[in-house]
Amino acid sequence: MAEIIVVTSGKGGVGKTTTSAAIGSGLAIRGHKTVVIDFDVGLRNLDLIMGCERRVVYDFVNVLNKEAKLNQALIKDKRNENLFILPASQTRDKDALTQDGVKNILDELSKTFDYIICDSPAGIEKGAQMALYFADQAIVVTNPEVSSVRDSDRILGILQSKSLRAEQGDEPVKEHLLLTRYNPGRVADGEMLSVKDVEEILVIPLLGVIPESEAVLKASNQGEPVIFDEGADAGYAYKDAVSRLLGEVIEFRFIEQEKKGFLKRLLGAR
Amino acid sequence: MSIFDYFLSKKPKSASLAKERLQVIVAHERGARKAPKYLPKMQQEIIEVIKKYIAIDDSQVSVKLDNNNNHSILELNVSLSKK
Repeated sequence: MAEIIVVTSGKGGVGKTTTSAAIGSGLAIRGHKTVVIDFDVGLRNLDLIMGCERRVVYDFVNVLNKEAKLNQALIKDKRNENLFILPASQTRDKDALTQDGVKNILDELSKTFDYIICDSPAGIEKGAQMALYFADQAIVVTNPEVSSVRDSDRILGILQSKSLRAEQGDEPVKEHLLLTRYNPGRVADGEMLSVKDVEEILVIPLLGVIPESEAVLKASNQGEPVIFDEGADAGYAYKDAVSRLLGEVIEFRFIEQEKKGFLKRLLGAR
Repeated sequence: MSIFDYFLSKKPKSASLAKERLQVIVAHERGARKAPKYLPKMQQEIIEVIKKYIAIDDSQVSVKLDNNNNHSILELNVSLSKK
């Protein structure tokens, strides 16, 4: 049985796809057979972030409508043999997703994979609800900014009432907070919500803090998940998050402001 | 106010303002989420009954349902304006 993890946020542009790609890759690097599914039907982007956009032949909706076999639609990652991608359809809309259809695909993937990462679309409509419905765990991606925090709380409410686990009265979906685009310098200046602030408001366990980093844009430019970038702060932060997801206890990094050296201060470098 | 206070007192930073605003709105929205579906309709009907006897408008009535561990409290507040 695979563990189904939804990456969700409510708000758009906070880093869901970046996170899905990084966490999926991280789990694969750690030896777990992992598939990342793009649930953003109509606005496919996971393929671009993971650098396999030119290898898409069949998609999620093709499999759902039995126009293609699951194995035909799955794209094997070129960097890691444990990693697979199931792209979203670019030509259909979210109504193409049905609960039974999604369930069948997840059941079949469950037979061979250890982890299924569901990359949710933004919003709280059908696509997002479908992405989280079957989840065992949820990674709630949040920016330290008012609208993102509020939307995260909203999505937590949906996880707690509209997921399969909630409807059946099973053990609730395990929730994780992933704070992204974090800028310790601005936090120190009192101009950005701190990790503690967001934790106090949302009251869910912290999985990771990803610093605002140039490496993230560079990674998406290249179509290579940031976790593969050796030496990138955001990459390390994602690796730590993956370790915590696997149950390890690891100290948080990149949440304190880096001390500027004398020379740097003199030269006014940031 | 001592001279130290003068130098130490700063304008509240925007992050603390953000936190305060979020705490208020999130608590409010969580409350609304947990409320049973019949609450808005019941509130409306209660207001109609009161209106038969006293001239009030909707904003003078608030209905709140608080859940504790083993019991719930339905709180009804009607503020009557002085003539």
